[in-house]
Amino acid sequence: MTSVLVVIESDQGAMAPASHEALTFARDYATSAGLPLNAIIFGAESGMAAEAGTYGAATVHVADHALLDDFGPEAWGETLAQAVTQTAPAVVVSCGTDRGNEVLAQAAARLDLPFVANCTEVDTGAAEMTRTQWGGSLLERVSLNAPTRLLSIAPHAFDASPAPAPGAGMVMPFAPVLDDSLARTKVVDRVVTSSGVTLSTAPVVVGGGRGVGSAEAYAPLEELAELLGGKVGCSRAVTNNGWRPHSDQVGQTGTRIAPELYIACGISGAIQHWVGAKASKNILAINTDAEANMVTKAGHAVLGDLHTMIPAITAEVKKRKGL
Amino acid sequence: MAELRILTLIKRVPAPGARINITDDEQFVNTQNLGFTMSPHEECAVEGAVQLIEEHGGESTVLTLGPAEAEEQLRYAASIGINQAVLMDNGGEDWDPQRTAKAIGDAIEQLESESGPFDLILFGNESADSGGFQVGIRVAHRLGRPMVNGIKGIEVHDDKVVAKREVDAGSEVYELPRPAVLGVKEGLNLPRYPTMKGRLASKKVEINAVAPAADAGGQAKVRLLRPVETVSETVILGTDESAAAAVVDLFEELGVL
Ligand SMILES: Cc1cc2nc3c(=O)[nH]c(=O)nc-3n(C[C@H](O)[C@H](O)[C@H](O)COP(=O)(O)OP(=O)(O)OC[C@H]3O[C@@H](n4cnc5c(N)ncnc54)[C@H](O)[C@@H]3O)c2cc1C
Ligand SMILES: Nc1ncnc2c1ncn2[C@@H]1O[C@H](COP(=O)(O)O)[C@@H](O)[C@H]1O
Repeated sequence: MTSVLVVIESDQGAMAPASHEALTFARDYATSAGLPLNAIIFGAESGMAAEAGTYGAATVHVADHALLDDFGPEAWGETLAQAVTQTAPAVVVSCGTDRGNEVLAQAAARLDLPFVANCTEVDTGAAEMTRTQWGGSLLERVSLNAPTRLLSIAPHAFDASPAPAPGAGMVMPFAPVLDDSLARTKVVDRVVTSSGVTLSTAPVVVGGGRGVGSAEAYAPLEELAELLGGKVGCSRAVTNNGWRPHSDQVGQTGTRIAPELYIACGISGAIQHWVGAKASKNILAINTDAEANMVTKAGHAVLGDLHTMIPAITAEVKKRKGL
Repeated sequence: MAELRILTLIKRVPAPGARINITDDEQFVNTQNLGFTMSPHEECAVEGAVQLIEEHGGESTVLTLGPAEAEEQLRYAASIGINQAVLMDNGGEDWDPQRTAKAIGDAIEQLESESGPFDLILFGNESADSGGFQVGIRVAHRLGRPMVNGIKGIEVHDDKVVAKREVDAGSEVYELPRPAVLGVKEGLNLPRYPTMKGRLASKKVEINAVAPAADAGGQAKVRLLRPVETVSETVILGTDESAAAAVVDLFEELGVL
């Protein structure tokens, strides 16, 4: 009998949290389509089969092979392609992360099948689905014509929720036939550069746009961010000017943030910036232009010059903190 | 090291501002009053190709599949230092990723049979508009070459290409044998602006035409739609420094102080 197959993303034996979203989505889909839910993991089994089981995966194919013990898009993609050929699932689902999309695209290329990236809604039967374009600023309804439907789900489009089933998480070894040459795209080294709060996990982000005016003028934003235990972010206009590194950029081609509070200073709120900021729980815009998109979309705004407002806010914070 | 030949793939896309509007037939982005550009990822790929040629010597080519107007993006790439340009005119039709990859793969085979293999082929991590995350991977597989996406660091050596990919706490390092294919992310470099001299020189670059042909793949657009967004009234906390107290009240209310 055919099935729904979930591709488990992992790093050195640890399941990526995004895989929980893929499992949850795929379980609901499999239930409505009346199909069994299975999963595939790459590398030696390290407890991930049981973890997939808690989300309802019945059989977990464990592809344990020396070429799969660390990430390599070609070896992982070839393994998935072979698993698809041998187990003939109706639908294959991964999360729409960097790795999730890359492994699906590799498998799709090998199988010469279409691959629909970043779905937000999938009809039962998977003949039609909605997917994101422009990093989520726009949606596209597509029809899909393929014997096996390969798709990824957009990050954060589906909430993860466990639902263990009796007997779930049964391990079934899967032995791919991999040519040694596939080692050519395996990770050979790692460089660890940061620890602690990052832009994507910071509870507060103080963002500065073109309105900040220069690299030096970020000092007051840095000070405010530090007082609030947060990070400084910026717009693409700023990285293009060389005022901040690209790792600070929020948006379609930068980082997606979801802080408790985003303070957007001198940022107009272009759609490509907005799409990276819209998951913020609260937004305070500081802008001289009442018509700016950032102002009209924010919950709160100050219509003033950021160069005087930020020091005033910092002084008030220090006063209340008794600093 | 022998001189390098590098190919970079770019796609012409509209440059929307505050919001993306859709045409009445729900098939396209309404481009009235909009300029055009390419993905920032692809801009960095172009800059990366120019820098590698400056460092190692050789020649770089840029290729696009799109409407005749995509000549504008090819000339932009030439204005910052790309040497050759190829336009595959598909009349501006919306081709699905499989079809796009087949047509581009054919064109690369043709170009390589005429003037020799490319040592390095650079794609963007994903196109700015459709964002399929796959054309480069499909083309690389067709050519039998190694490919890694999401690259923010490139070094070319005699026998290999060292590529870095950013992950949460740092980066992963890959070593690909040459010839190789990479998908590039913004942040690889800071693309230069065209100089007046570059602009003038780009006008003289010959645009080579390659006719694209490939059958449609299995994914077809039904229609475009805008995501639902909740609109809320904006509470204006003030217009000068006297608003600071209200702002910090808000911080307290949200528990971020
Ligand atoms: C494919 C594509 C992808 C892109 N990806 C991204 C992305 O990931 N992230 C991103 O940010 N952009 C991205 N962009 C660029 C985006 O379209 C905008 O160009 C950019 O976000 C504008 O940055 P900005 O708001 O800082 O500048 P502007 O649009 O110039 O806005 C400056 C704002 O500052 C205000 N201001 C000026 N002076 C002051 C002052 N003294 N006090 C208070 N306010 C002041 C002005 O009123 C204005 O609202 C992308 C574009 C494309 C085409
Ligand atoms: N029509 C096109 N012409 C040239 N290159 C393209 C085209 N479509 C996609 N690409 C390249 O493939 C990359 C990935 O595209 P996609 O699979 O659509 O996300 C892009 O960043 C471009 O480098």
